[in-house]
Amino acid sequence: MASFLQLLVSGLATGAIYALVAVGFSLLWQTSQTINFAQGEFVMVPAFFVLVAMHALGLPFWASAIVGIAAAALVLGLLFKRIIVDQMLRHGVLPLVVSTIALSLFMREAVKDFYSSQAQPFPSLVADRDISLFGVVFSAQSLALLVVAVAIVAALHVFLQHTRFGRMMQATAQNPTVARILGIDVERMILTTFLVNAVLCAIASILISPIYLAKFTNGETLGLAAFVAAIIGGFNQARGAMAGGILLGVLDNLCAAYMSAQYRSAVPLILLVLFILFRPQGLMGRVEERTV
Amino acid sequence: MLGLTHFAARRGVLGGIALAGVLMAAGLPARAADTIFIPNVVELSGAGAVSGTNWRDGITLAVEEINAAGGILGKKLNVPHLDTQSDASIARAQVQKVMDDKPYVILGPVFSGSVLVTMALAQQNEVAEIVGGEAAAITQRGNAFVFRTSFGQQFSMPKIANYIRDGLKAKSVAVLWVNNDFGKGGRDNFTKEMQARDIKVVADISTESGQVDFAADVVKLKAANADAIFVYTNEEESARFLKEARKQSLKGALIGETTLLSQKVIELAGEAANGVRGHVGLSSDAPVPALATFAEKFKKRFNYANDHNGIKGYVAVYAIKHVTEKLGKFDSKAFAEALHGMTITPDKEPGILMEATWDKNGDIDRASFLGEVVAGKQKIVEVLPKLNK
Amino acid sequence: MSLARILGLLAVLVAVGLLIAAPTMLRSYGVYLLALWSVTTIAALGLNLTLGYAGQISLAQGAFVGIGAYTVALATAAGVPYFVAFLGAGLITFAVGWCLGYPALRVQHHFLAFVTLAFSTLVFLVLRNEQWLTNGIYGINDIARPKVFGLSTNRNPDFYYFALGMLALFAGLQWWMLRSPWGRAFVAIRENPLRAASLGIDVRRYTLMAFAIGSAYGGFAGALYAPLVQFIEPNSFQLTYSLKLLLIVLVGGAGYFIGPFFGAMIEILLPEWLRFTQGYYLLIYATLVVLLMAFCPKGLVGAVALIAERRRKPPGRAAGPGGTLGPGGAASGPAGPAGAAPASPSR
Repeated sequence: MASFLQLLVSGLATGAIYALVAVGFSLLWQTSQTINFAQGEFVMVPAFFVLVAMHALGLPFWASAIVGIAAAALVLGLLFKRIIVDQMLRHGVLPLVVSTIALSLFMREAVKDFYSSQAQPFPSLVADRDISLFGVVFSAQSLALLVVAVAIVAALHVFLQHTRFGRMMQATAQNPTVARILGIDVERMILTTFLVNAVLCAIASILISPIYLAKFTNGETLGLAAFVAAIIGGFNQARGAMAGGILLGVLDNLCAAYMSAQYRSAVPLILLVLFILFRPQGLMGRVEERTV
Repeated sequence: MLGLTHFAARRGVLGGIALAGVLMAAGLPARAADTIFIPNVVELSGAGAVSGTNWRDGITLAVEEINAAGGILGKKLNVPHLDTQSDASIARAQVQKVMDDKPYVILGPVFSGSVLVTMALAQQNEVAEIVGGEAAAITQRGNAFVFRTSFGQQFSMPKIANYIRDGLKAKSVAVLWVNNDFGKGGRDNFTKEMQARDIKVVADISTESGQVDFAADVVKLKAANADAIFVYTNEEESARFLKEARKQSLKGALIGETTLLSQKVIELAGEAANGVRGHVGLSSDAPVPALATFAEKFKKRFNYANDHNGIKGYVAVYAIKHVTEKLGKFDSKAFAEALHGMTITPDKEPGILMEATWDKNGDIDRASFLGEVVAGKQKIVEVLPKLNK
Repeated sequence: MSLARILGLLAVLVAVGLLIAAPTMLRSYGVYLLALWSVTTIAALGLNLTLGYAGQISLAQGAFVGIGAYTVALATAAGVPYFVAFLGAGLITFAVGWCLGYPALRVQHHFLAFVTLAFSTLVFLVLRNEQWLTNGIYGINDIARPKVFGLSTNRNPDFYYFALGMLALFAGLQWWMLRSPWGRAFVAIRENPLRAASLGIDVRRYTLMAFAIGSAYGGFAGALYAPLVQFIEPNSFQLTYSLKLLLIVLVGGAGYFIGPFFGAMIEILLPEWLRFTQGYYLLIYATLVVLLMAFCPKGLVGAVALIAERRRKPPGRAAGPGGTLGPGGAASGPAGPAGAAPASPSR
């Protein structure tokens, strides 16, 4: 039982990160039909913004973290939307898909060529200690990670459901035409989702990098996990993506321990296929009403 | 109607341009007469990029030193770096390409799969290929033109196995490995050695490269309760595993091969690395002054700390220098023949860093070490002599 | 026959002539690259059918190439004649494609992308983990090159001609297919699925068919890939490879018959052309792809088409393929054969 709890808690911590990344992913899809294949790289890169701020500008960690988040919002939010998404969206989903694939390649190569191909140590928000509770040992880091991630996702949920602005964003996501008729500034809403996504990615980046270490390949697994989590959760629901992410993290651990370690990454995918077959609207999603 | 033909016309023209491009690319003279062409075909992007860049930078360092000192037999080295993109089909294409320009020796690749594809071409063209791959199969195929720069797994694993049997007197062992060609090869050789020594493998745990969460693996290891746990993963994963093992207070001696005891893992894992024991092959942490000096030079030139692939690349170039100077001429076939059975010592060729012998299969033999991590430092407890001494 | 048509035919002849004469002008590296180009183009042609004509994103084309390659490698090692294995590779991938597409297309438009994404990773895991069958992570070495009409293809030029012949065969097959009533149904669906459906075309069945045939092209490409490289490993057929093929099709121009030829050429030769940039060619490639998609989302061929279209009087787009097709695509409209290939894939 203790080992089961241990697995559960570890899985939750990993899953919370997937959730953070998946929520942004599904937000982008909802508001602008952007399937962002560079989402993993969006999490990989901000850590390097922070490192540059620390090492090149000589800022302390907290200031660097703010610089990193701001830079992410600017580059991965504003510029990404203005330069890439706006250009392509009018041509349909495909060119944008291809551009984000190319973008992910670009970001990986750029970090490798201009920063380093080696994993970089990254300062941690909390001291590296272990805490023992009910026979289960938590590392303070993953506990902090879990708490912060859950708090952010919860805050996001409140924002989307219970504030005027958030509701306008949701309306935009569900039906841009009607939203426009209702007088919502659709353009501004879409831009906001891009900024929110970039900030979520940057926060995820700062949370995981002490454990993952900052490395140019970090995005590969993360991006795929976020993608899968978003689909499992239902592509059109932020809280679905959150549940999907957490489920993914927990499942991964349980499978590795009680089923097959070699196939641990297969289980979420099989789950995904099953969902598509039997519950295409996802864990918490609704049936999509829009055609195309 | 018009549209289609228009395209066809464009297609012809574009096709012509593209083909001209191939012709140009393939026809460019790749070397001048007064340099010696030693191409390096290695993983510079994709999954192998970390090992590949290390290998490349080790080579670059050696080439710069040798060229600054006047080259080999008065000729400067021309060492272009070609990217295999960590893909066997492209590795083959790149080696095919350099073959067209009559290379003296070929360096790389590091990925064992790519080595296996390209060494057949090396054999056909009778050009020696000095590789970074460690899979046992490479030197078991009777190819007289392939040479290693580090222990094949069939040599390093027996050393560990002996240590587990004689040093630890373990009766049961668990193995945790990363599921790629490096990890799987190590795991297969290790299990074979364990069976040969009648030590029971009670848990056999595969992990993914890039894996972050080792909770499940440690839970399984705890349940297996082995006397010794052999950990064969890359640096970052090793460090994460060690932290998790300590967190869940895993019992049993943690045994590693080179990586697990490396300075990088110790740095990343902190206190969790204390008590780790194992075999240290080629590593800048080994108690050999030449290796430490190399590490300093490397760090100064490239601004990061090298791993064993950096040393391998560096040594490969110096091996070429030594053999060629001994031969007194540039003859690819004679080079391969001469390197078989040759021993190069650091007093004759300082760049070789540690005395090394190549056998008739192209396997390398060096001294190695048994070590232990004590208070955040790697401590060498025993020097293991070369196998054939 | 108009002058333009004669010129066009001439250009095709010149291109084919150049491809045939290439081995006499190139060294073995260039020939190997061209063989790799032929194989990649076959895979991309298949994906183009799925993507450009049926309008479905497949993220598993690389996995299908892998299945084809492993089928041939394992079967020929077990003594099955190469061409039997070759056909087997196509059949298996066709069947797998059908089984995969059937449930995915039942549900919703973009779900094929998700299912194929999962499938791609699952195939990798099976290839890696089932060592008894696939030799696992070590891959399969020493794959024999086939004898074609009793002639060995061990030398690169010989294999190149074999691959080129196969490319011609599969390209011709697709050319014919797209001109058949069937193929016109594909185009109709791409142009306007609702209208196609209202005309009595079973959209789902045709889409599924396009996907399955496209997958079989991947399988055939794999069946050529294995003897070309003579070594296969699971890593080669990961998701990255599928994404690469997707890039090839879009860079060339999705929905244009000749798009994949150019897309594959860029992908394979660009590193060669950009060699002077040292290690930065991937950065440049990525930038070029983004720029291309921004300014010409229909790819290279699309760009040429656009320029061509602007120069001439507007073509008979009003009588687009959908309008010219009867139920099942039996009737053929005034657009004739030309209507099928370069009809603009705009939505």
